[in-house]
Amino acid sequence: MTISTTPLPVGIEAEAPPTLAKASRFWAWVILMIAGLYFLVPLGATFWWSLKATEGTLGFEAYRRLFDDANFWPSFTESVINAIAAIFLSLLIIVPTAYWVTLKLPKLRPVVEFITLLPFVIPAVVLVFSLLRLYGRPPLLLTATYDSSRVLLVCAYATLSFPYMFRSVDNGLRAMDVRSLTEAAQSLGAGWPTILRRVIFPNLRVAVLSGALLTFAIVIGELTIALFLAQQTFGPYMANLTRSKVYEPSAMAIVAFAITWAAMGMIALISRSRERR
Amino acid sequence: MSGFLSLQGVRKEFNGVVAVESFNLEVEPGEFVSFLGPSGCGKTTTLRMVAGFEPPTSGTIRLAGEDVTYTKPNERNIGMVFQSYALFPNMTVAENIAFGLRVRKEEGAARSERVAELLDLIHLPDKAKAYPNELSGGQQQRVALARALAIRPQLLLLDEPLSALDAKIRDDLRAEIRRIQRQLNITTIYVTHDQEEALALSDRVVVMSKGRMEQVGEPFEIYNNPATGFVASFVGQLNRLPVTVVDPALGRLRAGRSEIRTTSLIESPEGAEVSLMMRPEEVTLDAEEDNVLEGTVESVTFLGSIVRVQVAVDGGRLTADLFNERLLELPVAGDATQVSFPSHACWVLA
Repeated sequence: MTISTTPLPVGIEAEAPPTLAKASRFWAWVILMIAGLYFLVPLGATFWWSLKATEGTLGFEAYRRLFDDANFWPSFTESVINAIAAIFLSLLIIVPTAYWVTLKLPKLRPVVEFITLLPFVIPAVVLVFSLLRLYGRPPLLLTATYDSSRVLLVCAYATLSFPYMFRSVDNGLRAMDVRSLTEAAQSLGAGWPTILRRVIFPNLRVAVLSGALLTFAIVIGELTIALFLAQQTFGPYMANLTRSKVYEPSAMAIVAFAITWAAMGMIALISRSRERR
Repeated sequence: MSGFLSLQGVRKEFNGVVAVESFNLEVEPGEFVSFLGPSGCGKTTTLRMVAGFEPPTSGTIRLAGEDVTYTKPNERNIGMVFQSYALFPNMTVAENIAFGLRVRKEEGAARSERVAELLDLIHLPDKAKAYPNELSGGQQQRVALARALAIRPQLLLLDEPLSALDAKIRDDLRAEIRRIQRQLNITTIYVTHDQEEALALSDRVVVMSKGRMEQVGEPFEIYNNPATGFVASFVGQLNRLPVTVVDPALGRLRAGRSEIRTTSLIESPEGAEVSLMMRPEEVTLDAEEDNVLEGTVESVTFLGSIVRVQVAVDGGRLTADLFNERLLELPVAGDATQVSFPSHACWVLA
């Protein structure tokens, strides 16, 4: 018996994978479409509903009423200020900590990472009741006035931002040669504040920005802590709106969604321009 | 009398492991001293102690007569160049160079003048506004050198500054570093594991191994009169042939059946097994020298300016580095040959 050892023409070997590839590409599209619909249908429906405020026609009446509402801008502004304050406080704690851990105490990184993850583990309601128990009575009474409660709220928001901020800053620090940059600055006469301000912070700009914008997106809509600390911020405003109006909550949801995506877009834009340079 | 930079009894331990010990060195003003040794020998640790980044476990470091052993690095006025350049990515070349001057609150016009002066010194006057990522590795290292020099340091430290660069750029920059060092007459400590770099650049070389100083001397002395077996084998190529002492007074040795004569001092008694050392460039393939050994060519390697021939001889193997010339008749592997070397080229280690 003779066994043919002639190799298969190249074309035959090449034909089989395209069929498989086509099939896998088809299923990839199907999954992508299902996932897309899962996200877009509720969003589209919400948007559609928000346009129906005027009977019989589609329009932006709900948005006009929302922006004209006497409580919209004050609550939104207050939340923006709270978010900015929380971001600064968080940066003030996280950047020197992450820098010091990277430079001098790398063995402590898992411990610090675990601590920064605690806000994911502890529910907001537990956090706020703990804060009320600790700061709701002397000697550390901070809930006596609206403004002192606001300080407490900002501190709580800074804590909530730790998981995002630490990861962003830590990734930024890992991307640069922290030790050499620090030592180079030291040999040129710089002390720790100068090194942090003129060498480390500027090179962490993108990392800090992504952490900051994520914090901003979270703080803007936060409800539980603000509610229990009796703050008139955007979260409680949105909750009230849902209870009392029909079309405005949908318009509100779209606005909140747009703010979040604008924040994400800014991260991408700034990162890209930085990379290009 | 102590030198401009003085290290006395310096020792460094990391978690009980000794990295540097019994380090004593006096460096004169304007001198260029290299720390040479393999990875982990303690040369960078010593440099970091001089810079102030690591405190010594014991010992004293003095700079210009002042005890700086525990002085903070930012209070020492020592310029340092790193292997990874360590340029600040957020600053332009001019801003990088001006950084130390700005920290010292030097006035704006004087600062700009100094930056321009240094850009001229490193031959990059048109790169003032460039960012580090727009420069080649060689250019980045020049900027790092200018930045370290901008503050008019008392001492310049260079930690393997050329090891991340291509061979050609490395050679050019090596010459540039030496030119600048001579021009400014700045006292310099240079860390390297590259013996050629150390020999070419330095006024003196400190050869280190396992945290200890093996030998300190001028390049010529280090190469031609190595104090220990480690220095002999680490600096340059080396032939090491096992031999037996026949007559220590007359410098007679035996390798297999052949007798070898040497002018080197032999401290071992008759009959002792010792090592005979010689540099490959002192071994030839003709029978003109004092010592002649019969052998067989094992390999021939063409290296451009030299041809390296390995010959199996009675009791071992010798390498001969022959200068390349157009009329050189190269042997081939398997050829019977004779290797010879002068008696003054040999030294003996027990």
